[in-house]
Amino acid sequence: MKIAVCVKEVPDAAAARRIDPQTKRLDRSGDGALNEFDTHALEEALRVKEGSGEGEVVVLCLAPERAMNSLRKALAMGADRAVLVADDAAAGSDLVATSKILAKAIERESPDLVLIGQQGGDSDGAVLWGSLAERLRLPLVSQAASLELSDGKARSKRQTEYGYDVLEAPLPCVVAVSDAINEPRYPSLKGIMGAKKKPQETLSLADLGVDATEAGEAGSRTEVLSLTDPPSRGDTQRIEDEGGDSAEKIVAYLAEQKLV
Amino acid sequence: MSRTLVYVEDHEGEATKGSLGVLGKAASLGGEAAAVLCGSGIASIADSLGAHGASTVYVADDAALESPLPQPRVDVLAKLVQEQGFDAVLFASSVLSADVAAGLSARLDAGLNWDLTDVEERDGRLVGKRPALQDSVLVDVGWTEAPALGLFRTGSFEPGEGGGGSAEVVTVDVPLEDFSTLTAMVERAHEEKSGPSIEDADVIVAGGRGLGEPERFSLLEDLAKALGGAVAATRAVVDAGWYPYASQVGQTGRTVSPKLYLACGISGAIQHKVGMQSSGTIVAINKDPNAPIFEYSDLAVVGDLNEIVPKLTELVRQRRQS
Amino acid sequence: MSARPADFAPPFDSAQFVVEPTDPPDERIEVGALIVGAGPGGLAAAVRLGQLLEEKPELRERLGEIPVAVLEKGKAPGAHLLSGAVVNPRAFRQLFPELLAADLPLIAPVEHEGVYFLTRKRAQRIPAPPTMWNHGNYVASLGEMGRWLAERAEELGVMIVPETAAEKLLVTGGRLVGVRTGDKGRGKHGEKLPNYEPGSDVTARVTILAEGTQGHLTGIALRKFGLASKPQVWALGVKEVWEVPRPLHRVIHTMGWPLRGARRYREFGGSFIYPLGESRVAIGMVVGLDYTDATLSVHDVLQELKGHPFVRAILEGGKRVAWGAKTIPEGGFLSLPDSFSFPGGMIVGDGAGLVNVPALKGIHYAMRSGMLAAEAALDAVRPGQTAWTPGALAGYDQGLRESYIWKDLERVRNMRPAFKHGFVRGAVLAGAAMNTLGRLPPRDLELEADASVPVLVGDRAATYPAPDGRLFFDKLSSVYLSGNKTRDDAPSHIAVRRQIRREVAEAWVHMCPAQVYEIAGSASPAGNVVEVEVTASNCVQCGAISAKGGRLLAAEGGSGPEYQSM
Repeated sequence: MKIAVCVKEVPDAAAARRIDPQTKRLDRSGDGALNEFDTHALEEALRVKEGSGEGEVVVLCLAPERAMNSLRKALAMGADRAVLVADDAAAGSDLVATSKILAKAIERESPDLVLIGQQGGDSDGAVLWGSLAERLRLPLVSQAASLELSDGKARSKRQTEYGYDVLEAPLPCVVAVSDAINEPRYPSLKGIMGAKKKPQETLSLADLGVDATEAGEAGSRTEVLSLTDPPSRGDTQRIEDEGGDSAEKIVAYLAEQKLV
Repeated sequence: MSRTLVYVEDHEGEATKGSLGVLGKAASLGGEAAAVLCGSGIASIADSLGAHGASTVYVADDAALESPLPQPRVDVLAKLVQEQGFDAVLFASSVLSADVAAGLSARLDAGLNWDLTDVEERDGRLVGKRPALQDSVLVDVGWTEAPALGLFRTGSFEPGEGGGGSAEVVTVDVPLEDFSTLTAMVERAHEEKSGPSIEDADVIVAGGRGLGEPERFSLLEDLAKALGGAVAATRAVVDAGWYPYASQVGQTGRTVSPKLYLACGISGAIQHKVGMQSSGTIVAINKDPNAPIFEYSDLAVVGDLNEIVPKLTELVRQRRQS
Repeated sequence: MSARPADFAPPFDSAQFVVEPTDPPDERIEVGALIVGAGPGGLAAAVRLGQLLEEKPELRERLGEIPVAVLEKGKAPGAHLLSGAVVNPRAFRQLFPELLAADLPLIAPVEHEGVYFLTRKRAQRIPAPPTMWNHGNYVASLGEMGRWLAERAEELGVMIVPETAAEKLLVTGGRLVGVRTGDKGRGKHGEKLPNYEPGSDVTARVTILAEGTQGHLTGIALRKFGLASKPQVWALGVKEVWEVPRPLHRVIHTMGWPLRGARRYREFGGSFIYPLGESRVAIGMVVGLDYTDATLSVHDVLQELKGHPFVRAILEGGKRVAWGAKTIPEGGFLSLPDSFSFPGGMIVGDGAGLVNVPALKGIHYAMRSGMLAAEAALDAVRPGQTAWTPGALAGYDQGLRESYIWKDLERVRNMRPAFKHGFVRGAVLAGAAMNTLGRLPPRDLELEADASVPVLVGDRAATYPAPDGRLFFDKLSSVYLSGNKTRDDAPSHIAVRRQIRREVAEAWVHMCPAQVYEIAGSASPAGNVVEVEVTASNCVQCGAISAKGGRLLAAEGGSGPEYQSM
């Protein structure tokens, strides 16, 4: 059983995240970290591997070269191998370009199962798996709050607005896991110390057979036009509870806003 | 004149409110707005969409589309876009719609912008509005070529009342890719919980340390029940063991964006704010006239929640009953 | 009414943190030289060890599979580092003689500088005391220095292990044989969570404690091995980084307002304002923790400072982008341990109190002491020797005493204690000490532990500006900016008495820049004992509580602030 886990590197310390006004891209100059949502996918991959007693867990990432530091955290948790696609030409890739590049990297591994976290912690994107499954022509399950493998099938509880569906897809398939699926483990000290020695591969776009025009801004179909401060919420209406009729005033306000 | 297609999601025989809101928005853009429905036995919904601004409603009605699964829907939409040449395809965000949009993006190599709260036509081009980085910045996003795909945040647009318009209903056939039908639904959604979770709730009544003591959460539970909402809590009171962690809103808890957030006895430090600031309407009740939460509330009520909340509950109940 | 924090000893027993190895021998992690803490001291030691082992492959062989390892409790090297900082490049030149200043992680040389005495409305430029001349020094970000040094160390084959707290000393037969790392994944009451990961025994032939200010194991080792006989004293620094529209072209220090000069307050400190390149400015306030007014809050004094017309003009139109806090050991020469080494271990940098307060410098001492410790370490583990032999590491003590660190600190030794007499008399005494190169006063002054100074609830807080979210900020939004993501359900890593005299509780509430302490409910006016609530997940591990009657313990590895470039 070979499991590919797609992970993202996000700027660390959410509080300090900013968009560079020049490039209009997220400023990635500070420390990077493994996207927390993806650690749930990795944890699930490790559990599948441990449950079956055999297999390989490969983490795949598209990011600048120094992201290998973040991938080491994945190796420390227990992944067997890390593949980083790092290429200057890939900077600024949108969903179209990113999914194209990552799909190539996954194809190269031909895994039995592709796992991914439910969201990019920096972009709030929750779509990549849909594009990957399409490009890989594989069945898709998203928002998986559980995962069981048997008879060559993956069975999951899918969390939707309406409750839980139970979905089943034959392997190989793409499963995006929700963060409710598990509690990611801490890397053990031995794991951290052993991470550096595990196989770590850095690939260029050329290695994947992706043309530079298909990556980065050239390969993207969306663009950032401008950045502005968000509009303020507007004026705050104030009620000082003097006459004891605050509750009435609140209800009147809610009625006006069509909220009751 | 631009042509926009809106994917209308259905649930239990009705179009979702979010989809109708996006459809209304698409119609207001000036060009032609069409809708597409995918499912089984959904033809009845089609007739109502004209009233929400659709000039044409494409209906893919097929047993293979019965389950709310994304991949077969990608096939339907891709064929429509390829044949009809739409300039934009818009979706109201949901688990299903996000997956359909992402699949369609890959199929057509079409740009997808998500988390949009609004869209406008500027110099003949579509421009989306997207709050980013915990809503600390508003980003104008565009598409470099058609078709432009867009996913809108829940609650971005309210559906119109529905007028007298009628739409041409066109049945489309359903050519499915081999891999699109491999995922099967074994069991259809059933609720595992009573009442909405704080992530799903339209109304949240949240309590903080200003409640004074844990027992007073029952006041909030009563109010939430009357409003059909859920109860949330701040870190401080979860920390103190007054309410379960699953209901914690904020930096280290959940992020919520209900239509109404009623904050009771919450001072509103940034750690709490980042978890609820994208709520539609924020009403705060606090004794302290200088509570930071008032700075980002729509309605600031200075007063004693012990007196106000029970009265409010009673008034809301009366309103519901009448 | 006043109360002495020292009279309320925290529930803390240092013996609990001295243990024998417990993991089975084949599960222990064995390293050659173990360094605790990836700050300037630990990383300079690591780099120096790496350099020396490159020259001596046979010694590297002898040290095993992992010749040098550095444990760091923060998310990454630099995450818990904070300083002004104006750096004396001397130690860098010694460690990297082949590199030019431009290759080093320094922002810019100090071109212009000014020292100002502030009153409420005015700023009067005063002649800088010679200890504060910064010609030839560089403005730098200590966090960036840490990252850079960590990269150099890794290039030299050093294993850096972040997110790992060293919690206990492993001691066998009176010898330090390594450390035990802290558990992860425990719940509020110490229970094991589903992702519980136990700590490990890390054994080493020689251990260098480079934990920085208020080092957890450093404190245990000083006690266990009887190394210190004089009290250390501390200051708390709170720092912000601002993006500013107009570049600042000089290094500024201020004294005076908003601190009060009267003797009874014992408010000793000042501010620094440094340019970080063209578009950023670092501003910080440092106040000695032997003050007497329980309502003194260094965070709020910094806010007050920003309202001064002189300071406001620098920040006007700018935006705060970072915040952090850290203590500084201020005792200097008079607080140094009697010995810096013991069987199997050494203490370097801030942990050993190697800080020159009048010069506001310590980074190059940390680096230099780290290098000296590295050299002594390798000397002690050469074939036929062990670092456990009594006196085997005495070379480090001797190296320190012969270094410029010692000379510098000895000369200025009486300046800090002078200020317990208030600002004016303190300045006169300190001036005399300085002008005579340390020959005056004839008898050394004495320092009193911060927690021994009685505190009383005064009116210090009356003048703090109200937070406006633009120039003035509250503590919680500041903690948020520090990137602190400590789990809410982690066990508390702060040992304090929860029921305590109101004066002491008030002192904690105000002192803590991260709003960790709050007084619960409303105690009866008659009752002089109140209940303290501790929100440990706010803690940025500055260490102030350890100076003022509590004890900071090792938090879960990887928790705490995530400073980007402090």
